[in-house]
Amino acid sequence: MAEEEVKVFRSWSSAFGLRVIWALKLKGVEFDTVYEDLSNKSPLLLQYNPVHKKVPVLLHNGKPICESLVILEYVDETWKQFPLLPQDPHERAKARFWAKFGDDKVLQSIVFGILFKEGKEQEEEIPRAMEILQHLEEELKGKKFFGGEKIGLVDLALGWLAYYLGIIEEVIGLKLIGQEKFPLLLQWIQEFSTAPIIQENWPPRDKLIAKFAASREAVLARGLK
Amino acid sequence: MANEVILLDFWPSPFGMRVRIALAEKGVKYEYRDEDLRNKSPLLLQMNPIHKKIPVLIHNGRPVCESLVAVQYVDEAWNDKSPLLPSDPYQRAQARFWADFVDKKIYDIGKKTWATKGEELEAAKKEFIDALKLLEVELGNKPYFGGETIGYVDVVLIPFYCWFYAYETCGNFSIEPECPVLIAWAKRCMQKESISESLPDQQKVYEFVLMMRKNLGIE
Repeated sequence: MAEEEVKVFRSWSSAFGLRVIWALKLKGVEFDTVYEDLSNKSPLLLQYNPVHKKVPVLLHNGKPICESLVILEYVDETWKQFPLLPQDPHERAKARFWAKFGDDKVLQSIVFGILFKEGKEQEEEIPRAMEILQHLEEELKGKKFFGGEKIGLVDLALGWLAYYLGIIEEVIGLKLIGQEKFPLLLQWIQEFSTAPIIQENWPPRDKLIAKFAASREAVLARGLK
Repeated sequence: MANEVILLDFWPSPFGMRVRIALAEKGVKYEYRDEDLRNKSPLLLQMNPIHKKIPVLIHNGRPVCESLVAVQYVDEAWNDKSPLLPSDPYQRAQARFWADFVDKKIYDIGKKTWATKGEELEAAKKEFIDALKLLEVELGNKPYFGGETIGYVDVVLIPFYCWFYAYETCGNFSIEPECPVLIAWAKRCMQKESISESLPDQQKVYEFVLMMRKNLGIE
């Protein structure tokens, strides 16, 4: 088999980059990591992602693929072991729907609606966030993972929640989900965050807390201008 | 085998148009139902309880929501003709990237060209043209984004063409001088029945936008 060059450009803290390395590691694909300092992006990154200039970027045999969910589908189609998407078109559509829901609604609400807000604005977002998370709770009924018995695309797409939600809760000093209303989500968080591969690749917790606290401060300071 | 296909849609929605085009490309017979978005049908609320939005494709009673998800579904469920996504994984990734780009840029920025004024409008017009120019580079000298035939990105982008007249008239700018290659591509697409039959008349869209502006209290 021809030698393959697989490189992942990512930052130490980005949840989007984690999606990509999880997928590659779950499939047993060897790759190199290039860590980017997002305040000082490398010329290579800008060359490989000229449109968005963001991480992650997957480089496969010299060809770049950008946007984490696009990368996940590419990885799934290129390396067939440990499939992330089911075969049935309707099941695939459902998985894509939930991956998009995660980015459009969950991430938006929790990071931009809660972490990056304070006071009344933050307060008002919380019931909306609860409603959004309730949809995830219902989707988990009868399942160990969003992908069923095994981790799938949706688990990787939502995986950031399993670790970063706790960090966000600590930064804002508020517990967002509890056993009473979100038993399945809490169980998924436990299962996913301690699963093989996933468990070994979380960024350092205290570093993340410091980073998220600093980001929050910076955003709030900008808003007060 | 029964193959019942219903599309819950709203005639000016570019997102709905994407699904119409995909179904037409595949030659799928379906029932089109126009929703009154101020009075959504029980079926819509049942089939898309989370977002309560159109388009919703219902195939043999099972819903598919989100236009990009639905277009990919149509491509996979009716894979016997007119493939929308290429077969090569890298080409597929490129197509998905640009479809995502269209979703991130065209609708929201396009909306600003008819919903804002002054400095915000000027910034939006520039951003909009810049986005279209990037798409022109991606198109290159291919007849379609999909190459020799209509593909995923063509289906995802072309619906906005029937909104261009509204953008240009409300925003007081002209797209063709800035993006002649893209407009040539759009006119080429409109020669295809699957597309021309799926897009409403641009004058009707413009009148719809004027009504929306009025409702939003603009001008």
